[in-house]
Order: sequence, then structure tokens, then C-alpha cells
Amino acid sequence: MMTQNTTKHTVKAFDSDIVRLRGLVAEIGGRAELAVSDAMTALLRNDRAQASAIIIKDKEIDNLERQIDRLVIQTMALRAPMADDLRILVSTLKIANTIERIGDYAKNIAKRVPLLDDLQAIKAADGLEPMSKAAIQLVNDALNAYARRDADLALQVCNRDKLVDDYYSAVFRNLIDQMIANPDQLNSGVHLMFIAKNIERIGDHATNIAEMVYFAITGQEIIDRDRGSDPLDMAD
Amino acid sequence: MNQTPQTGLEAPKMTARDIEVFYGQKQAINGVSIDIDMENVTAFIGPSGCGKSTFLRTLNRMNDTIPSARVKGTIMLDGEDIYSSAMDVVQLRARVGMVFQKPNPFPKSIYDNIAYGPRIHGLATDKPELDQIVEKSLQRAGLWNEVKDRLTESGTALSGGQQQRLCIARAIAVDPEVILMDEPCSALDPIATAKIEELIHELRGKYAIVIVTHNMQQAARVSQRTAFFHLGNMVEYGETSEMFTNPQEEKTRDYITGRYG
Repeated sequence: MMTQNTTKHTVKAFDSDIVRLRGLVAEIGGRAELAVSDAMTALLRNDRAQASAIIIKDKEIDNLERQIDRLVIQTMALRAPMADDLRILVSTLKIANTIERIGDYAKNIAKRVPLLDDLQAIKAADGLEPMSKAAIQLVNDALNAYARRDADLALQVCNRDKLVDDYYSAVFRNLIDQMIANPDQLNSGVHLMFIAKNIERIGDHATNIAEMVYFAITGQEIIDRDRGSDPLDMAD
Repeated sequence: MNQTPQTGLEAPKMTARDIEVFYGQKQAINGVSIDIDMENVTAFIGPSGCGKSTFLRTLNRMNDTIPSARVKGTIMLDGEDIYSSAMDVVQLRARVGMVFQKPNPFPKSIYDNIAYGPRIHGLATDKPELDQIVEKSLQRAGLWNEVKDRLTESGTALSGGQQQRLCIARAIAVDPEVILMDEPCSALDPIATAKIEELIHELRGKYAIVIVTHNMQQAARVSQRTAFFHLGNMVEYGETSEMFTNPQEEKTRDYITGRYG
């Protein structure tokens, strides 16, 4: 297995395109990661001002995705990339799209903040906060794997998504129990259920990013990896 | 250096084994083994001086024309050793035709350019039969409609792209089994290049085609198998789609991604 090439191209402008793309991915990734953690803070503190700021700032994430799309298409058209250059450009396109969706999940959590003023119910949703921290850490590591061209870290991220899935199953059951016990918390319970699902999806997207990073670096796909529990699994 | 024979195609038309080529004292090819088949267009790529053209020229003994050149190893065409003393070189070059970098039509009419080979090889018994060969060859080369009303004009009066297709038609006219192309598009503009590439697609399967090209996108577009040459060695040989997305050798990768040298 070859590691990714870091020697320079004969055509230097190609290298500067790739450097610029990497910078844009770092920026969009950092923004999305921050949006998720801010959304969780806003949720736990019922901070509506912070929640609406997240919704507004999501436009910047969308803009960055468009910039990355344009630059990737332009680079492909002008440089006709091959081998690892081709793989990195295609994965960058897909990674930017995935990060944009992580931003959307953060926005969705933020939108629920004004509808969720029952802090008691939120506190009772045991596991939601550590679950979100685990998911954010996955996103962070997936982005680091991209930035550092670290295939091992990418593989690790894929294998650690199980943790988020397991949290999700626990939170899911916990919320059902809460709603049965306190039917007056039904409204917040349903919103929290969606929030938990959003976080679970963020974890999935982090592994999608990690898979693309792994492919870009090695040219191989990750086939078998640990999957976490799924509350919809009847066997559970 | 990777010297494993890159062989094992199911129905090879040509097989080369342990080919070494020397120009005087200098060794230009260091033991190359490869199978060429009818199903695939095979591209040879590599930097200048890597030996790809030299190797191509061993496949129809064009190196015989260079006094200092010496070839070791075996090349079989349908199981027949092309370097054996029993092999008629003129006959061999009819079976393994060649198209060069610069279009080189004879200073004769378009008709005679095509008819020359069939005449000397006695492929036609009468004029109607020869006419038929000329028409069929020009049609296969995608040139018939452009020249059918001016067959008596000189071949050298055609445009560069047309001249190159004329040369391909001339190679086809003697009913070859293999066509070797040595950078057939490097003197042509993009439209003429696209026509030659389209022609290569159409000829695939009818002839075993080997093309040497400096243009990697061209190798990617026209071939199904690619061999990468470097300093007289064949570094990697495999499916073109795999070579250009996930080459196995670092040297191949550096070359195709533009990091060579």
C-alpha cells in the first residue's frame, strides 16, 4: 500500500490549488464542528440567541461548500488529475458535501432550541451530552485525518462510530421510558428524539468522511468494520 | 526493479519474453516481457528515452534497420518466432503494420498510397479487386467520404490529420493482424487527434493495437491496458482504469500525476 504523495508537481499551480482546497476544507470543517458544539451548548442552556446565530452562520458553510465545488471542478478541468491527485479531488468534493450536511444537522438542532424550554426534560435525557461529545470528537478526528493525510486515524474513526451508535440506542430507550413515565414531556421528548437522531447521523457522516480520507490516501476501500447497536434492531 | 513477466493474458496475439535491446554497448531495454492481445488496445507510456518506442519497434523488427541495434529474447506472433531466420521480414511488417509520429504518405496519389502494399504483396488479382481494397481500407480509416472524389490527387496534399488516417488506411490495406502506432497524434490538432482516437476505438478487436503516446490522457482515453516504461524497464502493466486511478508502483504514480523528475 502506497501512502499519499507529498512531493511537488512539476506544474506548481496544481500544488497551490490543492493547498487552497485543503485550507477551505479545514475552514468548512472547523465551522461545522463548532456549529454542532454550539448547538448543543445552546440546547443545554436554552440559549435562543446562540441558536439563531447558528442558523444564520450556516449560510457561510453553504458558501464554503460551493467554493470548494467550484475549485474542484476547475482543477479537474484544467489539470486532468490522475491517481492520488484524482482521488483526493473526488474525495474533497464528497467530504465538503458531507460536512455541509453536518452543518445542516447542527442547524436543525438549533431550530429546536426555542421549542424546547423544558430544561428538566433535557437534563433527564441522560447520555445526550456525552453522545454529542463523542460525535464531535469523531468529526474532529476525521478532519484531522484529512488534514494530516493519516490513514490510520481515518480507520480508527470508522471503528469508533460504534460508540455513538451505542449511546444513541441508550438515549432512544431512555427517552421512551421518560415519555411513558411523564406524558406531559411528550413534546420535548419527541424533539429530543430527533436531536439524538441528528447526532447519531453526525457520527455516521464523520465515518463517511473518514472512509473517503482512507480511500484518497490508500486507493483502498474500508470494507469490514464494527457497527454499533441500532434501536430498530429487533434482536436487541 | 520490477522484472516480473507481465504476462498471462488469455489469448495473446503477441508474446514478448525477456526482451533486451542494445544500441552498440548501451542497453536500452532491460528484459521486458509482455502479452499483447486482440481484445485490448495497449498503450505504452513513459518519459522520453524510457525505451517505449524502442520496445515497440522490436515488435515488427524495425530495429533491424539500425545497424548497431541488437535484440535478445523471444517475440512470438501467433506462436511463431518473429526473429527466427525463417521469418520473412517484409511479410512480418505486413502482418504487423506501423504508423509513425509524422504522417508519411508516399508522394503518390491517394489511391496509389493505399494500393501500393496490396500490389507488392499480390493481394489483388485485378483492378476491381484492388479498387475494392482501396475503398474498404479508406472506409475503415474513416477517410473515404473525404477523399472518394479526389483519389488521383497527391496524398501529400491532404491535411495532417487526413494524411495520418491515410497512413492508417495504408497499413490496413495489407490486412495486418497487429498495428503499432508510435505517437500517431503528436503532430495533429485536437480535432484530428479525436478522429484518430475514435478510429482506434473502431479498429479495436479487428487488429491488435499497440500505441506509444506521450499524452497520458490519450492513453487513458484509447487503451484498455497500459504499460509504464522507465529507464528501459517496464515498471507496471495493467488495466488502464486501474493504472490511472490506483497505480501500484510509486514511479508510475509520480509520472502520471506529473511529479516525475
